[in-house]
Formats: sequence, C-alpha cells, structure tokens
Amino acid sequence: MADLLVEDIHTAYGLSQVLFGVSLEVRAGECVALIGRNGVGKTTTMRSIMGLTPPKRGRVTWKGQDISRLGPHRICRLGIGFVPEERRIFPELSVWENLDIARRSGAGGKTTWREEQVFALFPDLAGIRERKGGVLSGGQQQMLTIARTLMGNPELLLLDEPSEGLAPLIVELLRMRVAELKATGLSIVLAEQNLEFVMALADRVYILEKGEVRFTGTPADLRADKSIVQQYLTV
Amino acid sequence: MTTTMFTLNAFYGLALAMNMFIIASGLNLIFGVLRVINFAHGMFYMFGAYIIFTVTKSWGAPFFVGVLASAAGLAVIALVIERLLLRHLYGKEHLMQLLFTFAVVLLMSDAAKMIWGTDQYSVGYPAGLGGAVNLGFVVLPQYQLFLCVVGPLIAIAMWLLVDKTRAGRIVRAATQDREMLAALGVNVPMVYAAVFTIGSALAGVGGALAAPRVALVPGMDATIINECFIIVIIGGLGHMWGSFVGALAFGFVVQFGTVWAPNWQDVLPYLLMLAVLIVRPWGLFGQPESGR
Repeated sequence: MADLLVEDIHTAYGLSQVLFGVSLEVRAGECVALIGRNGVGKTTTMRSIMGLTPPKRGRVTWKGQDISRLGPHRICRLGIGFVPEERRIFPELSVWENLDIARRSGAGGKTTWREEQVFALFPDLAGIRERKGGVLSGGQQQMLTIARTLMGNPELLLLDEPSEGLAPLIVELLRMRVAELKATGLSIVLAEQNLEFVMALADRVYILEKGEVRFTGTPADLRADKSIVQQYLTV
Repeated sequence: MTTTMFTLNAFYGLALAMNMFIIASGLNLIFGVLRVINFAHGMFYMFGAYIIFTVTKSWGAPFFVGVLASAAGLAVIALVIERLLLRHLYGKEHLMQLLFTFAVVLLMSDAAKMIWGTDQYSVGYPAGLGGAVNLGFVVLPQYQLFLCVVGPLIAIAMWLLVDKTRAGRIVRAATQDREMLAALGVNVPMVYAAVFTIGSALAGVGGALAAPRVALVPGMDATIINECFIIVIIGGLGHMWGSFVGALAFGFVVQFGTVWAPNWQDVLPYLLMLAVLIVRPWGLFGQPESGR
C-alpha cells in the first residue's frame, strides 16, 4: 500500500489548466522522480499535493486520509514537506530564524531533525547562522530551503528542481545529501530536468508531458530505451 | 521663548507623540503584516475612548480597568470583523479593502451614536496622576509624564515581541512570504487574525489613554486616522521604529506649530509629510518596494 496516492488530478491556475489527470504513488522510503521539460506540470503536481493549488478534480490521499481539500499547513503537519524550486527563503530573516520558524515535531511526535542534525547535514549553514537569508548564494539558499523543510520532521519530502541554476560541484554535493536523506528512510518526490541527478537517486520515474504522465518505469527501463529520453526530454 | 515655555512645549509635544505612537503603531503593524490599510482604525480609537468613558464614569471602575476594557473590547470587535468579513479580502486590490474598512467606519459611527448619543463627554485623570511634578524651572503634569513613560514601554515591548520571540519571527515571515510560511506548517490565517486583533487593541488602548486629554465627540475618529496616516507615512509603512520617529516628528511639529504659527497648525503636519516624501518617497525608515 502506497503512503501517497495521487489519483487522476486535474489542476488549473484560474482558467489555464495545467494537469490533465495525473496519477502517481509513493511507497514508504521510496524516491520517485518526476521528470519532463519546463512547463509540463512537475511543480503544479507538487503544489497540488501540498494544497497550495488544490486540484479541481481527482484525489490525493496520504496514508489513507484524503488530503485534497486540506490547507497547506494541515498537510505539512501530517508529515509532508515541500522544498520549492524558487527556494523561497525569508530574505529578512537570518539563517537560524528561517530554520526556527519551521521547527515542528513530525506526525507522531518525531523530532529527528533539529538544528544540530541539519547543521551536521549541511555544515556550511552552521557558520552563517546569523546571516540574512536574502544575501545567501544560490547553493546556500538551496541547502537552507532543504534544511528548513527538514526542521518540520516530514516523512515525505517534495523536492522541486533542487539542482536548478547551481554549479556542477554544488549539484554533486546536493545529490550526495539527498542520497543520505533517502538512506534515513525518508520518502522523496523529486522533480528534475537534470537526468543525471535523477538516475542515481530514483527508484521509479514518471515522465510528464503536457500535464499527463507519459511514462512510468525504473531508471533502468529508461536507460534501456533511449527513444523515450529522445521523445520526452531532449529539447 | 523662555526655557520654561520651551521645555513645557517640548514635553507636551512628546506626550502627544507617545499617545499618537500607540495608536499609529497598531495601524502600522496591521499594514505591515496584512497589507491592509485599515480606515476603521480611527473609529477603533474612538470606541476605545468611549468604552473607557462608560466603564469609568457609568460603572465607576478604576481608570486602568477602563484601559483594559477598551483593549479587550476592541480586540473582540476586531476579531469578529476579521473572521467574518475582512479575511475574504486579503490579496484583493487595496480599493476593495479601503471600501470595506470605510463601510466599517460608517456602521460603527452610527452604532456609536445609538449607544452613546451625540453629547460631548470627558474622562477624568486617573487617581494619582492628576497632579503635577515641579522640576524647579518648570511644572509638568503627571498624566503627560505618564504617557511619556508608557509610549516607549509599548515600543520596547513590541520590539521584543517581534524581534526576539518565535511568534514575532513568524509574524515577520508572514510579511515576506505567506504561502511558503503555510507550507511550513504555520496556520497563517490565525497569524493574520492575531495581528489584526493586537493592532486594533492598540487603537483601543490609545483611545483610552487619550480620553483624559481630549473631548469625546462624534467625529473624533476622522482627525486621528489622518494623523495616524501622516505618522506612518513619515516613518515608512510597516516599520515600527519608523512610526515611533514619525510620531515624535508629528508631536513636536503640532505642539510648536500651535505656539509659533497658530494659523498654520492644521497644515504643518501635512507640510512635514510632504517634505519627508520629497526627500524619501518611502518614508524615513522604509525601503523602496522591491518586486515582492
């Protein structure tokens, strides 16, 4: 039985519909990748799960509970953490303050993640804890946004294009960190355009195009059939 | 002007400034977090003054019980308005919010006439603060001295609350990115309700504390809301210490204006605002709006 079940969701921003019946599932401890070009609905899928842009049709269930109509703060408290693509660091708050406001014991009182643990995962952040969020580098902001979401002790992490706009060295570091997170048993939904980043991490892959799932399989399936990559991912 | 007269006027200016700061800081807090310009804030102030009148004069309660009653009364009124109506207007254009809060002004204004009539009322000084303190070269009234102490105390309390507590950090985060804050598990609508309630309670406290200084008449809200806007704009929208400095500037300009240029006293605060806006269009402490 999957922890997260997304069933045939249709999501729109006002009149412009983005998702046309997306379904996917995430089992406990699994890393699932959403891949596809820009604008195919990866971010919207995550926003629909998180309750930020609730689906107009279809259903999202988390551990058997229908969460499609819950507000984002309720969904967060049930154990789903969202790491947005734009990072959305609070610019006027210091690194420590950004972490502090997200502090929350997870569903069932889990407190695996506190300052010490996130600073251990991202040692760079420990040295700049008094610095304002607005002046951090892209890499530091990406680490902080992940660290901040971890402070809420989620069981499922929605990671939206973490490698976007970062230098290759930082991307590699980030990939190692995400692998460490996965090793702790955290379930992860990873939206990416960077295929390299995905291949080593994901257990299963969903390829999206025009708001629909066009391919479901393992990274090995994807490697075996070059035409899929050709068709859906090359620009 | 003699030293005595100068000191006395500076002191009255300061007392006026501190009373105005308490009121304006509530308006400013609400704007800073909710981005709502609350036209009804002056009416909240008026209700604060009327409530303390009823509680102290009609019911015979001590002055400071009256202040608490004004704060609590406005907190309840604000909470009801926010939960039932205002919350539907967040993120809408400012004009909608302006019209809505203006409607609240009209409704509350008529409610005030029904409850208190149109007579003029006054509230006495609280026991123990009706006298004066003799400093040798000048005699200062105790109540104004009390205002000069309360104003900075409220400013420091607000600063500690907003800058040094987790609740304050959450409020600051809400001014920056409401959606992200919700995704991190914070019940943002509750934060908004709390801020609107606290900000409005400050108007109630400000009105209660002003009651011994001013005449309680219908329409007393209209001047105050203009003056609050002047203070908040001078200081920079959404900036607490900005309101503090704005209130000081306002208090001194009004007080010395009455002495030195009585014919100009109504215009001077606006000239002050104009001068500040020419030099710093975003106010003394404000920042130019970036693409937030």
